[in-house]
Amino acid sequence: MYKNFLRYIISVLFLLGVSGQANADFKVGFVYVGPTGDHGWTYQHDEGRKAVEAAGIKTTYVESVPEGADAERVIRQLAQSGHDLIFTTSFGYMDPTNKVAKDFPNVKFEHATGYKREHSNVSTYSARFYEGRTLLGHMAGKMTKTNVIGYIASFPIPEVIRGINAMTLAAQKVNPDIKTKIVWVFTWYDPGKESEAAQALIDQGADVIMQHTDSTAPVQVAEKAGVWSFGQASDMQRFAPKSILTSIIDDWAPYYVERSIAARDGTWKQQDTWHGLKEGMVAMAPYNSAMGSDLVKEVEQLQKDLASGKTHSFTGPIYDQKGNILVAEGSVADDGMLAGMNVYVKGVEGDIPQ
Amino acid sequence: MIKIEKRNDVSPSIYFLTPILAIFLTLIGGGIIFYVLGFNPIEALKFFFITPISDLYGFSELLVKATPLCLIAIGLSFCFKSNNWNIGAEGQLIFGGIVGGGVALLFYGHDGFYVLPIIILSGAIGGMIFALIPAVLKTYFNTNEILVSLMLVYVAKLLLDYLVVGPWSNPEGFNFPETRQFSESARMPILFDGLRIHAGIFITLITVFLSWLILYKTYLGFQIKVSGLSLKTAKYAGYKGKTMIILVFMISGACAGLAGVGEITGPIGQLHRNISPDYGFTAIIVAFLGRLNPVGIIFASLVVALTYLGAETAQIFLQVPKYTGQVFQGMILFFLLGSDYLLFFKIKFLVLKKNEL
Repeated sequence: MYKNFLRYIISVLFLLGVSGQANADFKVGFVYVGPTGDHGWTYQHDEGRKAVEAAGIKTTYVESVPEGADAERVIRQLAQSGHDLIFTTSFGYMDPTNKVAKDFPNVKFEHATGYKREHSNVSTYSARFYEGRTLLGHMAGKMTKTNVIGYIASFPIPEVIRGINAMTLAAQKVNPDIKTKIVWVFTWYDPGKESEAAQALIDQGADVIMQHTDSTAPVQVAEKAGVWSFGQASDMQRFAPKSILTSIIDDWAPYYVERSIAARDGTWKQQDTWHGLKEGMVAMAPYNSAMGSDLVKEVEQLQKDLASGKTHSFTGPIYDQKGNILVAEGSVADDGMLAGMNVYVKGVEGDIPQ
Repeated sequence: MIKIEKRNDVSPSIYFLTPILAIFLTLIGGGIIFYVLGFNPIEALKFFFITPISDLYGFSELLVKATPLCLIAIGLSFCFKSNNWNIGAEGQLIFGGIVGGGVALLFYGHDGFYVLPIIILSGAIGGMIFALIPAVLKTYFNTNEILVSLMLVYVAKLLLDYLVVGPWSNPEGFNFPETRQFSESARMPILFDGLRIHAGIFITLITVFLSWLILYKTYLGFQIKVSGLSLKTAKYAGYKGKTMIILVFMISGACAGLAGVGEITGPIGQLHRNISPDYGFTAIIVAFLGRLNPVGIIFASLVVALTYLGAETAQIFLQVPKYTGQVFQGMILFFLLGSDYLLFFKIKFLVLKKNEL
């Protein structure tokens, strides 16, 4: 994290020097789906915005924008009020973003986690969170005594299923007996539902809990119950200091700074970005020493290997629940397969809700 | 000692002026809040209430936002006037959206003028059926309509969740929880190029007119009013209470269903989990702010819609927290209820003499 921070501060200074004149009117807008104080998804996007601000670029944000009819108006207002680059940070903004982009060809748009780039001024970006899940799986497989890993899942979209699979594969590698139990909560943020789900999983014997939802409720439930857990999106360590082994951190700051500078200097181009541990868009919070220094070393090595590309989260042979081969031995899943992933791997219990 | 007495002589003009007083007090209260937060109150209020509607687009957005609020509140006024507490308009909106959306998906790829009217009609029927549940349970099983209608909101939300995640999800949508975009034939016609104001506003205006007609010019309207003023009188007069309860719930549900279908065929164009930012609940504020009067509700819906737009603009230009909009809505209701209390009750400060103790 700090290395990245240094890297973009240096690049900012460098670019400021090169471009010579900073465009004083240049403004970047952010649209958030939740409140900036959610300590998860939106919180991390806002940290990214603050980094853009620290790089000397003016920013504006609008928080808690519902993903319905209101989103289009907010995005349009940002475009109309002189914002030159607009980040829309939730999947539900996909169609509104493209619609507004059509009417404002001179404004650049960046949509997180979507797949539609209908106009040349729309880019999409997302992070390879599944690489972090691989590390979580390794730790979970080693730490579990009951061999049951509890997983609180939001929606059965490829991103979430990818995370479940990556975690399960990594856990199986170190502990062939593990089972992944899943509770679908159908929400990204609902502390009540999330804590109920965590409790249900613990009652079913899970002694490691992980979440693909954004509130701190599951780790707090895990802390109380005395089981292990992992934080999501931001470092949630202070909410469950004993229970949390690490957190997957979404670090949007380098990307936001880079794209904002590119847009200001006129070098912005449409692209589809999918960054992971290597680029630092996915980062890991400090590892809990309670798991023992040997395991910490192992995981740190695995993290390095994933970042360098020496190890891939989806290395064959990978089988689906029925035993059909998904990825052949010796090969790795390509991005196309990862992007559309909608089957569980062997070892995951239950069916994907369809 | 403080003594509270009921007033018998409340003049109708003051009764309709207090909402305006409430809005005025809200402006003052809002100004104080902005001042405490460190903003220039006049400038902040300008961004909040004037900037959002200073151009044609903003004005059109105000109408887009006010249309469903007005429609639902009109429906609710039938219930509230007759002492039926339908709190579940949000659920009726969602269920209307589900039925209308289902029909729209059924007609996916069909062209024809008949598609949209069928969708709108089915949405209204959907909302109506959903409102019948609390009505029938109340009339035949003596259940509490507040609880039943409120709980059904969650039923509708979960049903919508299930449909957009599962059977109705877009086959090309990577399992994301949303349906396809409806065909052009299933969308509300846009009234002006580049603006989002759509034909749904006519449905609202026609409904307002019909409501006025029913409430003030028909026997049913009279029955509704009498039941609201005194249930005993209504019984004594021999009104069929059950039929009326079912009827007001049906009207209310149909209005909410229409609002739902207007949203999905209008600005949204598909079904997903967030078709309504709690319009059904906000409409309760609108109904009372408008004094359950059709014309009053039109103005109230515009005021409340403006608090939403204002919260966004104030956030963009001043970085005022988003929730100030909700604070404003809360203040309006607070001041309205507060002035109502003083309107209907006298507070007397009595100095008691020794021998009276």
